[in-house]
Amino acid sequence: MAWTREEMAARAAKELRDGFYVNLGIGIPTLVANYIPEGIHVTLQSENGMLGMGPFPLAGEEDADLINAGKQPVTELPYSSYFSSADSFANIDLSVLGAMQVAANGDLANWTIPGKMVKGMGGAMDLVAGVKKVVVVMEHCAVDKKTGAIEPKLLNACSLPLTGAAVVDMVVTDLGVFTIDKKAGGDLTLIELAPGVTMEEIRRKTPLEFLHL
Amino acid sequence: MTGKLRASAVEALAGLLHDDMTVMAGGFGLCGVPENLIAAIKMSGVKGLTVISNNPGIDGLGLGQLLETRQISRMVASFVGENQLFARQYLSGEVQLEITPQGTLAERIRAGGAGIPAFFAKTGVGTLVAEGKELREFDGETYLMERSLRADLAIVKAWKGETKGNLIYRKTARNFNPMMAMAGKVTVAEVEQLVAVGTIDPDHVHTPGIFVQRIIEAPRQNPHEQRTTRKRD
Repeated sequence: MAWTREEMAARAAKELRDGFYVNLGIGIPTLVANYIPEGIHVTLQSENGMLGMGPFPLAGEEDADLINAGKQPVTELPYSSYFSSADSFANIDLSVLGAMQVAANGDLANWTIPGKMVKGMGGAMDLVAGVKKVVVVMEHCAVDKKTGAIEPKLLNACSLPLTGAAVVDMVVTDLGVFTIDKKAGGDLTLIELAPGVTMEEIRRKTPLEFLHL
Repeated sequence: MTGKLRASAVEALAGLLHDDMTVMAGGFGLCGVPENLIAAIKMSGVKGLTVISNNPGIDGLGLGQLLETRQISRMVASFVGENQLFARQYLSGEVQLEITPQGTLAERIRAGGAGIPAFFAKTGVGTLVAEGKELREFDGETYLMERSLRADLAIVKAWKGETKGNLIYRKTARNFNPMMAMAGKVTVAEVEQLVAVGTIDPDHVHTPGIFVQRIIEAPRQNPHEQRTTRKRD
């Protein structure tokens, strides 16, 4: 069985190290906070202006002045601090974010589909340009809502406008985990298969050459 | 000497608004947005505005109010994905958009307020954001040149303020407000609580009064954009 969204988040959480400052994107990356391994302490940064982000509030305790970058209400922790957007984006160890497409050389696309959808990059371009390690969590393939056609998202080259060039270090999908050696010009290596996923399936859904351990 | 305090949002903007002007508005999502001043801009009917703000509000709230009346002709923003009306107006060509990464946007405003005309940033190298911009290498890395931003008018939202203009923001409602206060040729602040001079510890001031020309006390408007909660254990 391929990994669920929760299992993908749990797998990405294994990349956390004690003492890390971590930024989690919207969607599956937000779930990573629920799977921080035992004995590991990380500080969550939210690029709208908070370091030391706590969990969602209890119902009735939401504060409209206290939100995360996804505009969801969150809470303070004893060591939290606030800052302006001009003080965001520095010194972050790990960023986990979603993607529309990732290329073998580490190129990332997740902010617009020309002519169809303009969403904007928010802080994603700043994050990938500055953080020490970038982990993408995404479905291995997209399904076209109209035709039902399966479109791979891990590609030789992104067809969508980039969020960053050669910025992704690791990709966690529902089918497995890949690393990208950016220094080697983009060696894509499959390091882990989700339980029950075969090499045949992952090769069929990944239209490019990759190494595997 | 005329003081900075005004009785209402309309009065605070009197004489400051004209067609085709550039306005900066603080806020991230619906958090830290000067809602009362935006409502006064809506009432004024001024149009052709270039608005610099992280987001265009959501439908009918925040800057979304000025989209409904078609007063905005150009936005400089980092994320517009939560406003359907904006998407329609953009895709039909009614509104122009200069999409700018969030950190770059913040720094462009900060630089504008600090009198710095341009700077080099790593963000956006190799993407559409780099198109038409000067690239330069520093210490073996490629950077692109970004121009700073200023505005005819900056409207900001703070939690507490003194009549002298000193401001304190609250929690994540700070976001873009401090830099915008510095980058406006004229800056108007709306505060939830107007307090007597001497009440705020000078060490706690986020925006010094020199950056604020007019101030109003206005009721808190900012509603929740989302209401995610956790269950009691």
